[in-house]
Amino acid sequence: MAILRLENFSVLTLKPLNLEVKEEFICLSGASGAGKSLFLRAIADLIVHQGEANLDEQKCSEINPAQWRKWVGFLSAESAWWTDKVGEHFSKENNQYLRQLNLPEECMSWDVSRCSTGEKQRLAIARLLEQQPKVLLLDEPTASLDPTSVMAVESLIKNYVNKFDAPVIWVSHDQLQIKRLADRKFKIINNEINEVEA
Amino acid sequence: MNVISLSTFDLSMAALLILALAGLSILLKLGLANRISIAAIRTVVQLLLIGLVLKELFAQVSLVWVSLLSLLMLLIAGREVMARQQRRFGGLWGYGLGTFSMFISSFTLTVYALIVVIGTDPWYTPQYAIPLLGMMLGNTMTGVSLALDKLTTHAWQQRNEIEARLILGQDWKTAIGDITRDSVRIGMMPMINAMAAAGIVSLPGMMTGQILSGTEPMEAVKYQILIMFLITAGTGFSTMLATWIGARHLFDDRQRLRLDRLS
Repeated sequence: MAILRLENFSVLTLKPLNLEVKEEFICLSGASGAGKSLFLRAIADLIVHQGEANLDEQKCSEINPAQWRKWVGFLSAESAWWTDKVGEHFSKENNQYLRQLNLPEECMSWDVSRCSTGEKQRLAIARLLEQQPKVLLLDEPTASLDPTSVMAVESLIKNYVNKFDAPVIWVSHDQLQIKRLADRKFKIINNEINEVEA
Repeated sequence: MNVISLSTFDLSMAALLILALAGLSILLKLGLANRISIAAIRTVVQLLLIGLVLKELFAQVSLVWVSLLSLLMLLIAGREVMARQQRRFGGLWGYGLGTFSMFISSFTLTVYALIVVIGTDPWYTPQYAIPLLGMMLGNTMTGVSLALDKLTTHAWQQRNEIEARLILGQDWKTAIGDITRDSVRIGMMPMINAMAAAGIVSLPGMMTGQILSGTEPMEAVKYQILIMFLITAGTGFSTMLATWIGARHLFDDRQRLRLDRLS
Protein backbone atom coordinates (compact mmCIF):
# COMPACT_ATOMS: atom_id res chain seq x y z
CA MET A 1 0.00 0.00 0.00
CA ALA A 2 1.36 3.35 -1.05
CA ILE A 3 1.33 6.54 0.96
CA LEU A 4 1.82 9.93 -0.63
CA ARG A 5 3.04 12.53 1.83
CA LEU A 6 3.52 16.21 1.06
CA GLU A 7 5.65 18.32 3.39
CA ASN A 8 5.46 22.10 3.22
CA PHE A 9 4.58 21.57 -0.38
CA SER A 10 3.93 24.71 -2.39
CA VAL A 11 3.96 25.84 -5.97
CA LEU A 12 3.91 29.40 -7.29
CA THR A 13 1.27 31.28 -5.31
CA LEU A 14 -0.29 28.25 -3.58
CA LYS A 15 0.36 28.29 0.14
CA PRO A 16 2.49 25.49 1.65
CA LEU A 17 0.58 22.35 2.46
CA ASN A 18 1.14 19.28 4.58
CA LEU A 19 -0.93 16.35 3.44
CA GLU A 20 -0.90 12.59 3.75
CA VAL A 21 -2.89 10.56 1.25
CA LYS A 22 -3.33 6.86 1.92
CA GLU A 23 -5.41 4.39 0.02
CA GLU A 24 -8.27 6.82 -0.46
CA PHE A 25 -10.08 9.09 -2.89
CA ILE A 26 -9.34 12.74 -2.46
CA CYS A 27 -11.43 15.08 -4.55
CA LEU A 28 -10.03 18.51 -5.25
CA SER A 29 -12.15 21.37 -6.51
CA GLY A 30 -11.86 25.10 -6.92
CA ALA A 31 -12.57 27.81 -9.44
CA SER A 32 -10.75 27.56 -12.74
CA GLY A 33 -7.39 29.21 -12.46
CA ALA A 34 -7.26 28.45 -8.75
CA GLY A 35 -4.24 26.19 -9.24
CA LYS A 36 -5.64 22.66 -9.23
CA SER A 37 -3.70 21.50 -12.31
CA LEU A 38 -0.65 23.37 -11.09
CA PHE A 39 -0.79 21.44 -7.83
CA LEU A 40 -1.01 18.05 -9.55
CA ARG A 41 1.71 18.93 -12.04
CA ALA A 42 3.98 19.92 -9.18
CA ILE A 43 3.43 16.60 -7.42
CA ALA A 44 4.37 14.86 -10.68
CA ASP A 45 7.53 17.03 -10.56
CA LEU A 46 6.77 18.60 -13.93
CA ILE A 47 7.16 22.13 -12.62
CA VAL A 48 9.38 23.81 -10.08
CA HIS A 49 7.97 23.69 -6.56
CA GLN A 50 9.01 24.05 -2.94
CA GLY A 51 8.82 21.50 -0.19
CA GLU A 52 9.04 17.77 -0.57
CA ALA A 53 6.79 14.99 -1.84
CA ASN A 54 7.36 11.50 -0.47
CA LEU A 55 6.08 8.21 -1.74
CA ASP A 56 6.45 5.40 0.78
CA GLU A 57 9.11 7.42 2.58
CA GLN A 58 11.15 7.92 -0.58
CA LYS A 59 11.80 11.54 -1.39
CA CYS A 60 10.91 12.83 -4.82
CA SER A 61 14.10 14.88 -4.96
CA GLU A 62 16.23 11.79 -4.46
CA ILE A 63 14.60 9.60 -7.09
CA ASN A 64 15.26 9.59 -10.81
CA PRO A 65 12.58 11.91 -12.21
CA ALA A 66 11.45 9.47 -14.91
CA GLN A 67 10.96 6.78 -12.25
CA TRP A 68 9.06 9.20 -10.01
CA ARG A 69 6.69 10.12 -12.82
CA LYS A 70 6.02 6.47 -13.54
CA TRP A 71 5.06 5.95 -9.90
CA VAL A 72 2.99 9.09 -9.70
CA GLY A 73 0.56 8.67 -12.56
CA PHE A 74 -0.61 12.09 -13.68
CA LEU A 75 -3.46 12.40 -16.16
CA SER A 76 -3.61 15.84 -17.74
CA ALA A 77 -6.95 17.42 -18.56
CA GLU A 78 -6.14 17.29 -22.24
CA SER A 79 -4.37 14.24 -23.59
CA ALA A 80 -1.38 14.65 -25.89
CA TRP A 81 -0.21 12.27 -28.62
CA TRP A 82 3.11 12.41 -30.41
CA THR A 83 2.80 9.91 -33.27
CA ASP A 84 0.03 8.99 -35.72
CA LYS A 85 -1.16 5.61 -34.49
CA VAL A 86 -2.79 5.01 -31.13
CA GLY A 87 -0.90 1.77 -30.55
CA GLU A 88 2.50 3.46 -30.80
CA HIS A 89 1.79 5.25 -27.54
CA PHE A 90 1.38 2.04 -25.59
CA SER A 91 4.22 -0.14 -24.36
CA LYS A 92 2.29 -3.41 -24.42
CA GLU A 93 0.17 -4.84 -27.21
CA ASN A 94 -2.75 -5.90 -25.07
CA ASN A 95 -4.16 -3.35 -22.76
CA GLN A 96 -6.38 -4.93 -20.14
CA TYR A 97 -8.25 -1.70 -19.45
CA LEU A 98 -9.64 -1.08 -22.93
CA ARG A 99 -12.72 -3.25 -22.54
CA GLN A 100 -13.73 -1.71 -19.24
CA LEU A 101 -13.50 1.67 -20.94
CA ASN A 102 -15.82 0.50 -23.76
CA LEU A 103 -13.01 0.62 -26.30
CA PRO A 104 -12.62 -2.17 -28.88
CA GLU A 105 -9.29 -3.98 -29.07
CA GLU A 106 -8.66 -2.79 -32.62
CA CYS A 107 -8.48 0.79 -31.36
CA MET A 108 -4.71 0.23 -31.20
CA SER A 109 -4.59 0.55 -34.99
CA TRP A 110 -6.65 3.75 -35.06
CA ASP A 111 -5.27 7.08 -36.22
CA VAL A 112 -5.05 9.46 -33.31
CA SER A 113 -6.29 12.31 -35.50
CA ARG A 114 -9.56 10.47 -36.12
CA CYS A 115 -10.38 9.82 -32.48
CA SER A 116 -12.92 11.97 -30.72
CA THR A 117 -11.96 13.93 -27.61
CA GLY A 118 -13.78 11.40 -25.45
CA GLU A 119 -12.05 8.46 -27.08
CA LYS A 120 -8.67 10.12 -26.65
CA GLN A 121 -9.43 10.78 -23.00
CA ARG A 122 -10.31 7.12 -22.36
CA LEU A 123 -7.27 5.96 -24.32
CA ALA A 124 -5.13 8.27 -22.21
CA ILE A 125 -6.49 6.64 -19.06
CA ALA A 126 -5.71 3.17 -20.42
CA ARG A 127 -2.24 4.37 -21.40
CA LEU A 128 -1.62 5.73 -17.93
CA LEU A 129 -2.84 2.69 -16.02
CA GLU A 130 -0.70 0.42 -18.17
CA GLN A 131 2.32 1.87 -16.33
CA GLN A 132 0.83 0.65 -13.04
CA PRO A 133 1.33 3.91 -11.17
CA LYS A 134 1.33 3.70 -7.38
CA VAL A 135 -0.56 6.98 -7.08
CA LEU A 136 -3.15 8.50 -9.39
CA LEU A 137 -3.35 12.23 -9.99
CA LEU A 138 -6.31 12.78 -12.27
CA ASP A 139 -7.07 16.21 -13.66
CA GLU A 140 -10.76 16.24 -14.61
CA PRO A 141 -10.58 12.75 -16.10
CA THR A 142 -14.24 12.64 -17.08
CA ALA A 143 -14.83 16.23 -18.18
CA SER A 144 -15.17 15.36 -21.87
CA LEU A 145 -17.06 12.08 -21.48
CA ASP A 146 -20.68 11.02 -21.93
CA PRO A 147 -22.53 9.68 -18.84
CA THR A 148 -21.92 6.00 -19.71
CA SER A 149 -18.23 6.57 -20.08
CA VAL A 150 -18.11 8.62 -16.88
CA MET A 151 -19.49 5.64 -14.99
CA ALA A 152 -17.08 3.29 -16.74
CA VAL A 153 -14.10 5.44 -15.79
CA GLU A 154 -15.27 5.84 -12.21
CA SER A 155 -15.68 2.13 -11.66
CA LEU A 156 -12.42 1.33 -13.42
CA ILE A 157 -10.49 3.73 -11.20
CA LYS A 158 -12.26 2.36 -8.12
CA ASN A 159 -11.24 -1.20 -9.10
CA TYR A 160 -7.70 -0.07 -9.71
CA VAL A 161 -7.50 1.62 -6.33
CA ASN A 162 -8.85 -1.43 -4.55
CA LYS A 163 -6.48 -3.74 -6.37
CA PHE A 164 -3.29 -1.72 -5.90
CA ASP A 165 -4.18 0.25 -2.76
CA ALA A 166 -3.37 3.42 -4.61
CA PRO A 167 -4.00 6.94 -3.28
CA VAL A 168 -6.00 9.09 -5.68
CA ILE A 169 -6.28 12.84 -6.07
CA TRP A 170 -9.13 13.54 -8.44
CA VAL A 171 -9.86 17.04 -9.67
CA SER A 172 -13.53 17.57 -10.41
CA HIS A 173 -16.09 20.33 -10.75
CA ASP A 174 -19.00 17.93 -10.61
CA GLN A 175 -20.55 18.03 -7.13
CA LEU A 176 -22.47 14.78 -7.69
CA GLN A 177 -19.31 13.03 -8.80
CA ILE A 178 -17.45 14.33 -5.77
CA LYS A 179 -20.26 13.03 -3.57
CA ARG A 180 -20.08 9.61 -5.28
CA LEU A 181 -16.32 9.23 -5.03
CA ALA A 182 -14.70 11.30 -2.32
CA ASP A 183 -13.42 9.88 0.92
CA ARG A 184 -12.11 13.36 1.65
CA LYS A 185 -12.81 16.66 -0.11
CA PHE A 186 -10.43 19.56 -0.58
CA LYS A 187 -11.02 22.95 -2.07
CA ILE A 188 -8.67 25.66 -3.24
CA ILE A 189 -9.81 29.09 -2.10
CA ASN A 190 -7.55 32.15 -2.11
CA ASN A 191 -4.42 30.16 -2.87
CA GLU A 192 -5.03 27.84 0.02
CA ILE A 193 -5.85 24.15 -0.16
CA ASN A 194 -8.22 23.24 2.66
CA GLU A 195 -10.15 20.18 3.63
CA VAL A 196 -13.89 20.63 3.40
CA GLU A 197 -16.06 18.81 5.93
CA ALA A 198 -18.56 16.39 4.47
CA MET B 1 47.28 33.32 -66.81
CA ASN B 2 46.67 36.92 -65.96
CA VAL B 3 43.68 38.22 -64.09
CA ILE B 4 41.78 40.98 -65.84
CA SER B 5 41.67 43.70 -63.22
CA LEU B 6 38.24 45.24 -62.68
CA SER B 7 38.07 49.01 -62.81
CA THR B 8 35.64 51.22 -60.91
CA PHE B 9 33.82 51.70 -64.19
CA ASP B 10 33.41 47.92 -64.58
CA LEU B 11 31.83 47.66 -61.14
CA SER B 12 29.57 50.63 -61.81
CA MET B 13 28.19 48.78 -64.81
CA ALA B 14 27.26 45.94 -62.44
CA ALA B 15 25.81 48.41 -59.94
CA LEU B 16 23.48 49.68 -62.71
CA LEU B 17 21.76 46.31 -62.57
CA ILE B 18 21.07 46.73 -58.86
CA LEU B 19 19.70 50.22 -59.52
CA ALA B 20 17.45 48.79 -62.22
CA LEU B 21 16.24 46.15 -59.80
CA ALA B 22 15.51 48.76 -57.15
CA GLY B 23 13.65 50.86 -59.72
CA LEU B 24 11.56 47.89 -60.74
CA SER B 25 10.82 47.19 -57.09
CA ILE B 26 9.45 50.72 -56.65
CA LEU B 27 7.37 50.31 -59.80
CA LEU B 28 5.91 47.03 -58.59
CA LYS B 29 5.44 48.35 -55.03
CA LEU B 30 7.46 45.49 -53.59
CA GLY B 31 8.74 47.73 -50.82
CA LEU B 32 12.21 46.32 -51.34
CA ALA B 33 13.98 49.28 -52.92
CA ASN B 34 15.39 50.57 -49.65
CA ARG B 35 16.50 47.17 -48.51
CA ILE B 36 18.15 46.35 -51.82
CA SER B 37 20.03 49.65 -51.83
CA ILE B 38 21.17 49.36 -48.23
CA ALA B 39 22.25 45.76 -48.69
CA ALA B 40 24.17 46.64 -51.84
CA ILE B 41 25.92 49.53 -50.11
CA ARG B 42 26.73 47.27 -47.17
CA THR B 43 28.25 44.73 -49.54
CA VAL B 44 30.50 47.35 -51.08
CA VAL B 45 31.60 48.88 -47.80
CA GLN B 46 32.06 45.60 -45.94
CA LEU B 47 33.94 43.92 -48.74
CA LEU B 48 36.19 46.92 -49.36
CA LEU B 49 36.99 47.02 -45.67
CA ILE B 50 37.77 43.32 -45.45
CA GLY B 51 39.84 43.72 -48.62
CA LEU B 52 41.94 46.35 -46.91
CA VAL B 53 42.21 44.27 -43.75
CA LEU B 54 43.26 41.19 -45.69
CA LYS B 55 45.82 43.16 -47.66
CA GLU B 56 47.43 44.31 -44.42
CA LEU B 57 47.10 40.90 -42.85
CA PHE B 58 48.70 39.06 -45.75
CA ALA B 59 51.61 41.48 -45.68
CA GLN B 60 52.54 40.51 -42.13
CA VAL B 61 52.01 36.88 -41.18
CA SER B 62 51.15 37.24 -37.49
CA LEU B 63 49.34 34.73 -35.32
CA VAL B 64 48.00 37.51 -33.09
CA TRP B 65 46.31 39.37 -35.94
CA VAL B 66 44.95 36.22 -37.52
CA SER B 67 43.50 35.18 -34.15
CA LEU B 68 41.97 38.58 -33.57
CA LEU B 69 40.27 38.65 -36.94
CA SER B 70 39.08 35.05 -36.47
CA LEU B 71 37.62 35.93 -33.11
CA LEU B 72 35.83 38.94 -34.57
CA MET B 73 34.40 36.77 -37.36
CA LEU B 74 33.21 34.23 -34.79
CA LEU B 75 31.51 36.86 -32.64
CA ILE B 76 29.69 38.34 -35.62
CA ALA B 77 28.60 34.89 -36.78
CA GLY B 78 27.35 34.19 -33.25
CA ARG B 79 25.28 37.34 -33.30
CA GLU B 80 23.83 36.32 -36.65
CA VAL B 81 22.85 32.88 -35.34
CA MET B 82 21.08 34.51 -32.41
CA ALA B 83 19.25 37.01 -34.61
CA ARG B 84 17.93 34.27 -36.88
CA GLN B 85 16.07 32.47 -34.11
CA GLN B 86 12.48 33.27 -33.39
CA ARG B 87 12.50 31.84 -29.88
CA ARG B 88 15.94 31.79 -28.40
CA PHE B 89 17.35 31.04 -25.00
CA GLY B 90 17.32 33.98 -22.63
CA GLY B 91 20.41 35.70 -21.30
CA LEU B 92 23.92 34.58 -22.14
CA TRP B 93 22.68 31.26 -23.46
CA GLY B 94 21.01 32.91 -26.42
CA TYR B 95 24.32 34.19 -27.69
CA GLY B 96 26.67 31.65 -26.19
CA LEU B 97 25.14 28.41 -27.41
CA GLY B 98 25.54 29.01 -31.15
CA THR B 99 28.84 30.81 -30.77
CA PHE B 100 30.36 28.08 -28.62
CA SER B 101 29.30 25.28 -30.98
CA MET B 102 30.60 27.15 -34.00
CA PHE B 103 33.85 27.88 -32.21
CA ILE B 104 34.46 24.26 -31.29
CA SER B 105 33.77 22.81 -34.70
CA SER B 106 34.86 25.57 -37.13
CA PHE B 107 38.12 26.38 -35.41
CA THR B 108 39.11 22.76 -34.86
CA LEU B 109 38.38 21.79 -38.45
CA THR B 110 40.07 24.85 -39.92
CA VAL B 111 43.22 24.18 -37.92
CA TYR B 112 43.02 20.52 -38.94
CA ALA B 113 42.72 21.48 -42.60
CA LEU B 114 45.60 23.93 -42.36
CA ILE B 115 48.00 21.60 -40.59
CA VAL B 116 47.05 18.11 -41.76
CA VAL B 117 45.47 18.60 -45.17
CA ILE B 118 46.98 21.66 -46.83
CA GLY B 119 50.11 21.87 -44.74
CA THR B 120 50.74 25.61 -44.94
CA ASP B 121 53.85 27.05 -43.34
CA PRO B 122 53.34 28.56 -40.84
CA TRP B 123 49.98 26.89 -40.31
CA TYR B 124 48.25 30.21 -39.66
CA THR B 125 49.27 31.73 -43.02
CA PRO B 126 46.41 34.23 -43.36
CA GLN B 127 45.95 33.76 -47.11
CA TYR B 128 44.69 30.25 -46.33
CA ALA B 129 43.46 30.52 -42.75
CA ILE B 130 41.08 33.46 -43.11
CA PRO B 131 39.19 32.41 -46.27
CA LEU B 132 38.91 28.85 -44.98
CA LEU B 133 37.55 29.95 -41.63
CA GLY B 134 35.26 32.43 -43.34
CA MET B 135 33.65 29.81 -45.52
CA MET B 136 33.46 27.46 -42.58
CA LEU B 137 31.76 29.99 -40.32
CA GLY B 138 29.41 31.22 -43.02
CA ASN B 139 27.99 27.77 -43.64
CA THR B 140 28.12 26.59 -40.04
CA MET B 141 26.17 29.67 -39.09
CA THR B 142 23.35 28.69 -41.43
CA GLY B 143 23.25 25.14 -40.12
CA VAL B 144 23.34 26.05 -36.45
CA SER B 145 20.73 28.78 -36.73
CA LEU B 146 18.35 26.58 -38.73
CA ALA B 147 18.72 23.73 -36.25
CA LEU B 148 18.35 25.83 -33.10
CA ASP B 149 15.39 27.69 -34.53
CA LYS B 150 13.69 24.39 -35.31
CA LEU B 151 14.56 23.00 -31.89
CA THR B 152 13.16 25.86 -29.87
CA THR B 153 10.06 26.57 -31.93
CA HIS B 154 9.09 22.91 -32.04
CA ALA B 155 9.73 22.37 -28.37
CA TRP B 156 7.43 25.33 -27.79
CA GLN B 157 4.70 24.08 -30.12
CA GLN B 158 4.91 20.50 -28.92
CA ARG B 159 5.27 21.17 -25.22
CA ASN B 160 2.16 19.12 -24.41
CA GLU B 161 3.49 16.13 -26.33
CA ILE B 162 6.89 16.40 -24.66
CA GLU B 163 5.31 16.62 -21.23
CA ALA B 164 2.99 13.71 -21.98
CA ARG B 165 6.05 11.61 -22.71
CA LEU B 166 7.76 12.74 -19.51
CA ILE B 167 4.63 11.88 -17.58
CA LEU B 168 4.72 8.36 -18.95
CA GLY B 169 8.22 7.97 -17.59
CA GLN B 170 10.38 8.72 -20.61
CA ASP B 171 13.65 10.53 -19.96
CA TRP B 172 14.30 13.95 -21.51
CA LYS B 173 16.36 12.54 -24.37
CA THR B 174 13.56 10.29 -25.53
CA ALA B 175 10.85 12.85 -24.87
CA ILE B 176 12.48 15.42 -27.16
CA GLY B 177 14.25 12.87 -29.38
CA ASP B 178 12.11 13.34 -32.48
CA ILE B 179 12.56 17.08 -32.33
CA THR B 180 16.34 16.97 -31.88
CA ARG B 181 16.73 14.54 -34.77
CA ASP B 182 14.58 16.72 -37.02
CA SER B 183 16.53 19.80 -36.00
CA VAL B 184 19.89 18.27 -36.84
CA ARG B 185 18.52 17.04 -40.15
CA ILE B 186 17.20 20.49 -41.06
CA GLY B 187 20.52 22.07 -40.11
CA MET B 188 22.53 19.70 -42.28
CA MET B 189 20.23 19.60 -45.29
CA PRO B 190 21.58 22.67 -47.12
CA MET B 191 25.12 21.29 -47.12
CA ILE B 192 24.11 17.79 -48.13
CA ASN B 193 22.03 19.23 -50.95
CA ALA B 194 24.89 21.48 -52.00
CA MET B 195 27.25 18.49 -52.16
CA ALA B 196 24.76 16.50 -54.19
CA ALA B 197 24.16 19.31 -56.67
CA ALA B 198 27.75 20.54 -56.91
CA GLY B 199 29.05 20.63 -60.45
CA ILE B 200 25.80 19.53 -62.04
CA VAL B 201 23.34 22.19 -61.09
CA SER B 202 25.74 24.81 -59.82
CA LEU B 203 29.39 25.64 -60.01
CA PRO B 204 30.31 26.39 -56.41
CA GLY B 205 31.29 30.00 -55.78
CA MET B 206 34.75 29.39 -54.46
CA MET B 207 35.75 27.25 -57.44
CA THR B 208 34.27 29.74 -59.85
CA GLY B 209 36.26 32.49 -58.19
CA GLN B 210 39.49 30.56 -58.44
CA ILE B 211 38.90 29.74 -62.09
CA LEU B 212 38.05 33.35 -62.86
CA SER B 213 41.28 34.43 -61.26
CA GLY B 214 43.26 32.05 -63.43
CA THR B 215 43.68 28.86 -61.42
CA GLU B 216 43.83 25.68 -63.44
CA PRO B 217 40.33 24.05 -63.26
CA MET B 218 41.48 20.73 -61.78
CA GLU B 219 43.30 22.58 -58.98
CA ALA B 220 40.19 24.62 -58.29
CA VAL B 221 38.09 21.47 -58.27
CA LYS B 222 40.35 19.80 -55.74
CA TYR B 223 40.14 22.80 -53.45
CA GLN B 224 36.40 22.88 -53.86
CA ILE B 225 36.13 19.22 -52.83
CA LEU B 226 38.25 19.89 -49.78
CA ILE B 227 36.10 22.88 -48.86
CA MET B 228 32.84 20.97 -49.39
CA PHE B 229 33.98 18.17 -47.09
CA LEU B 230 35.26 20.56 -44.46
CA ILE B 231 32.14 22.67 -44.51
CA THR B 232 29.80 19.71 -44.38
CA ALA B 233 31.69 18.15 -41.49
CA GLY B 234 31.95 21.47 -39.70
CA THR B 235 28.27 22.23 -40.15
CA GLY B 236 27.31 18.73 -39.09
CA PHE B 237 29.39 18.66 -35.93
CA SER B 238 28.43 22.12 -34.73
CA THR B 239 24.77 21.53 -35.56
CA MET B 240 24.76 18.33 -33.52
CA LEU B 241 26.63 19.96 -30.67
CA ALA B 242 24.39 23.02 -30.54
CA THR B 243 21.21 20.97 -30.82
CA TRP B 244 22.26 18.55 -28.13
CA ILE B 245 23.34 21.21 -25.65
CA GLY B 246 20.25 23.25 -26.50
CA ALA B 247 17.93 20.29 -26.00
CA ARG B 248 19.56 19.50 -22.66
CA HIS B 249 19.16 23.10 -21.56
CA LEU B 250 15.43 22.93 -22.30
CA PHE B 251 15.25 20.63 -19.28
CA ASP B 252 16.50 21.18 -15.75
CA ASP B 253 18.20 18.73 -13.40
CA ARG B 254 14.81 17.18 -12.55
CA GLN B 255 14.12 16.74 -16.26
CA ARG B 256 11.30 19.26 -16.29
CA LEU B 257 10.62 21.01 -19.57
CA ARG B 258 11.74 24.58 -18.89
CA LEU B 259 10.31 26.71 -21.69
CA ASP B 260 10.71 29.69 -19.37
CA ARG B 261 14.37 29.56 -20.36
CA LEU B 262 13.39 30.75 -23.82
CA SER B 263 12.93 34.45 -24.26
